[in-house]
Amino acid sequence: MSDYKPLEFHVPEPTTRPGDEPDFSAVVIPDAGIVSRPEIDVHPSTIKDLASTMIRVLDKDDQAVGEWAKDIDDEVLLDGLKTMIKVRTYDERMMMLQRQGKTSFYMKCTGEEAIAVAHKAAQRDGDMNFPTYRQQGLLLSTDYPLVDMVCQVLSNSRDPLKGRQLPIMYSSKEHGFFTISGNLGTQFVQGVGWAMASAIKGDTKIASSWIGDGSTAETDFHAALVNASVYKPPVILNIVNNQWAISSFKGIAGGDHATFAERGIGYDIASLRVDGNDFCAVYAVSRWAVERARRGFGPTLIEYVTYRVAPHSTSDDPSQYRPKEDSAAWPLGDPIVRLKKYLIAKGVWSEERQEQTESQYNDEIRVATKEAESYGVMGSGASPRDMFDDVYEEMPPHLREQRQKLGV
Amino acid sequence: MPQMSMIEAIRDAMDVKMGGDDNVVVFGEDVGYFGGVFRCTHGLQKKYGSSRVFDSPINESGIVGTAVGMAAYGLRPCVEIQFADYIYPAYDQIVSEAARLRHRSNKDFTAPLTIRTPCGGGIFGGQTHSQSPESLFTHVSGVKTVMPSNPYDAKGLLISAIEDNDPVIFFEPKRLYNGPFDGHHDRPASNWSKHPLGNVPEGHYTVPIGKASVYSEGNDVTILTYGTMVYVAEAAMLETGVDAEIIDLRSLMPLDVDAIVKSVKKTGRCMVLHEATQTSGFGAELVAQVQERCFYHLEVPVERVAGWDTPYPHAQEWDYFPGPDRVGKALKAMMEAE
Repeated sequence: MSDYKPLEFHVPEPTTRPGDEPDFSAVVIPDAGIVSRPEIDVHPSTIKDLASTMIRVLDKDDQAVGEWAKDIDDEVLLDGLKTMIKVRTYDERMMMLQRQGKTSFYMKCTGEEAIAVAHKAAQRDGDMNFPTYRQQGLLLSTDYPLVDMVCQVLSNSRDPLKGRQLPIMYSSKEHGFFTISGNLGTQFVQGVGWAMASAIKGDTKIASSWIGDGSTAETDFHAALVNASVYKPPVILNIVNNQWAISSFKGIAGGDHATFAERGIGYDIASLRVDGNDFCAVYAVSRWAVERARRGFGPTLIEYVTYRVAPHSTSDDPSQYRPKEDSAAWPLGDPIVRLKKYLIAKGVWSEERQEQTESQYNDEIRVATKEAESYGVMGSGASPRDMFDDVYEEMPPHLREQRQKLGV
Repeated sequence: MPQMSMIEAIRDAMDVKMGGDDNVVVFGEDVGYFGGVFRCTHGLQKKYGSSRVFDSPINESGIVGTAVGMAAYGLRPCVEIQFADYIYPAYDQIVSEAARLRHRSNKDFTAPLTIRTPCGGGIFGGQTHSQSPESLFTHVSGVKTVMPSNPYDAKGLLISAIEDNDPVIFFEPKRLYNGPFDGHHDRPASNWSKHPLGNVPEGHYTVPIGKASVYSEGNDVTILTYGTMVYVAEAAMLETGVDAEIIDLRSLMPLDVDAIVKSVKKTGRCMVLHEATQTSGFGAELVAQVQERCFYHLEVPVERVAGWDTPYPHAQEWDYFPGPDRVGKALKAMMEAE
């Protein structure tokens, strides 16, 4: 008889499910300011600890502390706070449109605003992002017209993408925002290719690739890391770890007992893990990685630890798979509240100005939405003729024939 | 005019484009220092440097995904997938990304890239070095799919592919690399050195994507084919004495429907012939086109000759391969049917 016990199959489970009290005791949160900041030309092998810890700047007393807090202009933080308010206000307005039946679909980034907004603040014009669907903050940080964004969400006659894409899958080369794909992870390696091209041409532009914790399981995540490791292009590989991929917690992506940033170590890529709800920390780490890339010292992998406060999309109901009170209990707090309190404590901001800003964006976005709605809602203005254009640069005969059959 | 093998013609096309356009870059598995397992990129790294011709890690999705990003930047990547049988890991990047960028972004981003890949059997490659997956790509809106059958077309079509502003899948029938192959595997192989289509002009010229060529004119049967099967069709025609018109499609998407219709209306009989497996193969599309446009001109039903619907076998290669005997029998049957 065999002395081996029958094998047991392992399926990871989150610590809590609906009906349980939220429990984030397993989330290890180091004090702000304790992680040192290396030089930008550091060799990845000497900073392995940065992939396991969490870089934090804003402490519990609303102070910015430690080496990563140095040399951050108030202007950057004030602009960042305003843009985060803009993003949250925009999300709420678009949710309202969806509930009113004016668009089919929407995805909010509530609680994750600091990541895209602070990262964008560290980039320069000409740099290119390869975003996922939850980085609307990258585009809302620019002067891309709000009306155009809403028209895309509404798939109307002024939709810049002519009704061809699901709402929120924006595209603007001019604003450094690569066309979003609904196929997860594909953009992660494309950003590496874009950065390789920049280096091949002797340019000084850099790329930022984006992916969620769940999609790190995709093959293209590995493809991106191996190419970044081999060719050392000027790319930043951003992992937004918001704990949930629809209903699957990060453990189903293999992130239960190892951090996502630690995956970069085996590829000889500088890998840093950051408090994603701390605007100052996200900005400081992004700025470090941007400068490292632009100075030719190669790629950086950044894991932003955050929490998906919103449902995955308007088609999702998180109360079916996680405690309702989870997001309120998330120990890293709300990025907008944290930055606001810091700036007020510093004496450069006030509750009054906060309310003014909220009201200003509320008005601005309401007006833009109203104008956008005048061009049609829920696909009502999109032309069937547009479906046949741009499949190829020149329309081949078979498509012309099919368009004629449809009679458009 | 120099005589070239198909390998030399393909290399020459890349050489011409790399010499004339700094944005053309070449990469893939083993293509750099070594010059590719079939030698198609031999000497290019030495000539253009390792930032324009380089080896890639063994990750086909990574090769195409990287190329999509480079194309979005403004380069014109011409990448190699070592065998068409290895292209499946890159399928998502081709179908969901390269093919869709222009449309989904309303021309904001495009993917002017070429994916070269050797296809087809006849080299005892077994099921992982012999496949012809062209119909998996002709089914995808937004990519172009071509397959040359000779050195002249290979060079001209590859230059067209690299210059094209849309993604092109460029299939290279590997059994034709060194010479025309008529399916008689037990006879001595011929090479391109004396073949008229091995006569390849120097410098820049193009063969347009979307145009078929009439390989040989005839009056009684139209054979719609491409790649290695052009020469198998020719052998079957000569051996049976059937007066066939062989149309080398060259470009499958876009398809030269006018050339097909013109020939079938003339001959009144049509055979579609390819090496790929039969069911849902590209031949099915050809049959549908002929039925829709030439039905009242047909004397007999359209005949389909293709690879069997099995994995490409190793030891049974010549039982699988639709050689001149099978094609010849089908031709004779078509002529005898009334």
